Amino acid sequence: MRREVRAEWTKLRTEPGAVRLLPALVVLTVAASVAVCASVTCPAAGCGHDAVRLALGGVQVGQAVAAVLAVLVVGGEYGTGMIRTTLTAMPRRGAVLAAKAAVLTGVTLPAAVLAVLGSLLAGRLVLPGRGFTAAHGHPPLSLADGPTLRAVAGSVLYLVLVALLSLGIAFAVRDSAAAIGVVLGLLYASAVLPLMVGDPDWQLALWRLSPSNAGLAVQATTGLDGLPLSPWAGLGVLAAWAVAALTGGGLLLRARDA
Amino acid sequence: MTNEPSQRTGAMTNEPSPGNGATTTGARPPGSGGMAGERASATGGFGRLVRAEWTKFRTVRGWVAGMAAAALVVVLLGLMSAAGSHTSCGGPDDTCPVPPVGPGGEAVSDHFFFAHRTLTGDGSVTARLTSMTGRVRVPDSVPGVRELDSRVVPWAKAGLIVKDGVREGSTYAAVMVTGAHGVRMQHDFTQDTAGRSGGVSVSRPRWLRLDRAGEEITGYESEDGRRWTKVGTARLPGLPDTAEIGLFAASPGDLTVRRADFGGSVEQVRFSETTAVFDRVELSGRVADTTWSRDDIGATTEPDGVTVHHPGGFHESAGTYTVTGVGDIGPLTDGQRPENTLTGVVIGLIVVIVVAVGSVTAEYRRGLIRTTLLASPRRGRVLAAKAVVIAAVTFAAGLAATAVTVPVGTGLLRGNGAVVLPVSWAAQVRLVAGVALMMAAVAVLALAMGALFRRGPAAITAGVAVIVVPHLLATASVLPDEAARWLLRLTPAAGFAVQQSIPEYPQVLANYVPSAGYYPLAPWGGLAVLCGYAALALALAVVRLNGRDA
Repeated sequence: MRREVRAEWTKLRTEPGAVRLLPALVVLTVAASVAVCASVTCPAAGCGHDAVRLALGGVQVGQAVAAVLAVLVVGGEYGTGMIRTTLTAMPRRGAVLAAKAAVLTGVTLPAAVLAVLGSLLAGRLVLPGRGFTAAHGHPPLSLADGPTLRAVAGSVLYLVLVALLSLGIAFAVRDSAAAIGVVLGLLYASAVLPLMVGDPDWQLALWRLSPSNAGLAVQATTGLDGLPLSPWAGLGVLAAWAVAALTGGGLLLRARDA
Repeated sequence: MTNEPSQRTGAMTNEPSPGNGATTTGARPPGSGGMAGERASATGGFGRLVRAEWTKFRTVRGWVAGMAAAALVVVLLGLMSAAGSHTSCGGPDDTCPVPPVGPGGEAVSDHFFFAHRTLTGDGSVTARLTSMTGRVRVPDSVPGVRELDSRVVPWAKAGLIVKDGVREGSTYAAVMVTGAHGVRMQHDFTQDTAGRSGGVSVSRPRWLRLDRAGEEITGYESEDGRRWTKVGTARLPGLPDTAEIGLFAASPGDLTVRRADFGGSVEQVRFSETTAVFDRVELSGRVADTTWSRDDIGATTEPDGVTVHHPGGFHESAGTYTVTGVGDIGPLTDGQRPENTLTGVVIGLIVVIVVAVGSVTAEYRRGLIRTTLLASPRRGRVLAAKAVVIAAVTFAAGLAATAVTVPVGTGLLRGNGAVVLPVSWAAQVRLVAGVALMMAAVAVLALAMGALFRRGPAAITAGVAVIVVPHLLATASVLPDEAARWLLRLTPAAGFAVQQSIPEYPQVLANYVPSAGYYPLAPWGGLAVLCGYAALALALAVVRLNGRDA
């Protein structure tokens, strides 16, 4: 297993495209968070905004970068035929998948931490100027606040789980372009599906099943009673998606010729 | 994508120029021998390039299937959401009443209290408005106990009106004082002209006058009944010689908006009424009756079928007339719209982006791009030909999808009891063709990104990030409304504005936000923003293609 992890780590760090995606993840997430925070105002007390969720809004964009990185780790090898070399050198296919998942987690996690903390800092700096002041019921964002800390930690895990979900899908689909289409469709399209059905029961069920809606429930710090799922249960839905995708991808990897 | 173009597909109809003998060896596809050595002429060359690109596109099964899938996604999601949406309005047969239709064909609300006399030929009515008060229902603090607040809603209306009879939706013109928007002259539900601002009180009464001359109605206002200021003139084609003229009052429901847990918002409309006091009422012209007729136009009845729900009223004593009215005279903004059947477009666009990006990046991956550029060295034209083909294919697929989804989907919605607001023929054409054009512009933008990035995943992500994500964030997330509006102004997602079939009416208070289907830019304006981005990206792609080795 150690050999596999080292091999995957070497491949990842020497791939210039993939390495550049990590700073892109941080920059795009923070930039999107700044844009969200700069376009909101809280003119009076009780403006009904969830300041933490606004500050972490960039995660909606950052997840796409995490997904691309994960897809490229697999799709790139299928595109060049490198996968055949990889599997010849390391015939234990389950171990290859596990190694890729471990290396991907290892690089996504620090980038996600930087991206999420940067977003929180951006919110702390920008939001007070937009009327999110203590007088309006919004004290400065701080990690010392329990729900805020949960939202921050949850957002980091969210990005990592999105990467793992994408990795599993990429192993199943194999073509980079098609895989990225499937992943982005799953993340973004499933977010709007609940709004397309009229039936409230279906709406609720689709919301709870959608990896991005349920997963991002972990960012909520206000109106928790109104959420269809509790924050951690929501992240659990995304985790279940990631496990299912990795299992499915792993089974297909074992069953098919590369 | 399993079946991408390679040098074996025989797609090239453009022969490489004679100087490049090395690549022609063995690469000449069967059947194209007649064109050997023929150089592309300046005029015929582009047509042949387009044909070559079309051949490449149609011979890749994955792309054709992808486009078909995109169209199918639009149709199926649209029809499924329409078929799954059930609307019931209670009442004995559980059906929603069909709203009246105004002279312009739009659904209207025509609910007000009307105290009127019959005027034949030209004439006028003058009155002094001395007071305007109102009551608004507030949320119950004790459940079931009605609580009312004394205030006038901003668009409460009281004044003078001339109308073709008392039928809901018939043509009218009115001059009025409003709760917070000053004096207005309005006619035929959608037309509104502002007069001077300010309200009305006993110490500062306002005089109003409405003159009829044929089909032309002119509204005036005055502070003293002597010096009159014209507010506006309305032409009412089809106003018969005999019309009803008199005093009216109306008060639209009080709108409150709350954020919804799923994103979007929950709107509540609470009862409101207004009471206006008139005196010095004078009528001139051939006025037939001697007493005032009174009609609660558009009022609904309680389930017993007799009692009027929230009745208005009219009281006359010693030259003072008190009119109380509920409701509104104006275009209807709540109800399903035809574009609600096109919710699948945003998901179909993801497929379109994948195909459009692939039509460029696959050539880079397989090295076919070198053959393509060898065959037609003017690189800008190659990209233009690709753009023409992808735009035409996407437009055709999109048009087929929207032309089916809009009429069938609205039919399903109506069948499920929903009130679908009627829109003009021109607006329907704009919806069906405009959305197809929008999809084509997105395809061109995605294609340009493919040429800029040269790598499929990066280009697809960028395409989804600039078009699909902003639209989803703006219409279906917890993002605040201001942020949502800016996203729909600045990003290529502005193009979605082309699907808005019911405009915003400044004279009607409603929840005009992106999540309710109101876009910050005008339909064609939004599409122009998207096309601008597509043109810019295509130009950058041409520069990049010319500046770098393939």
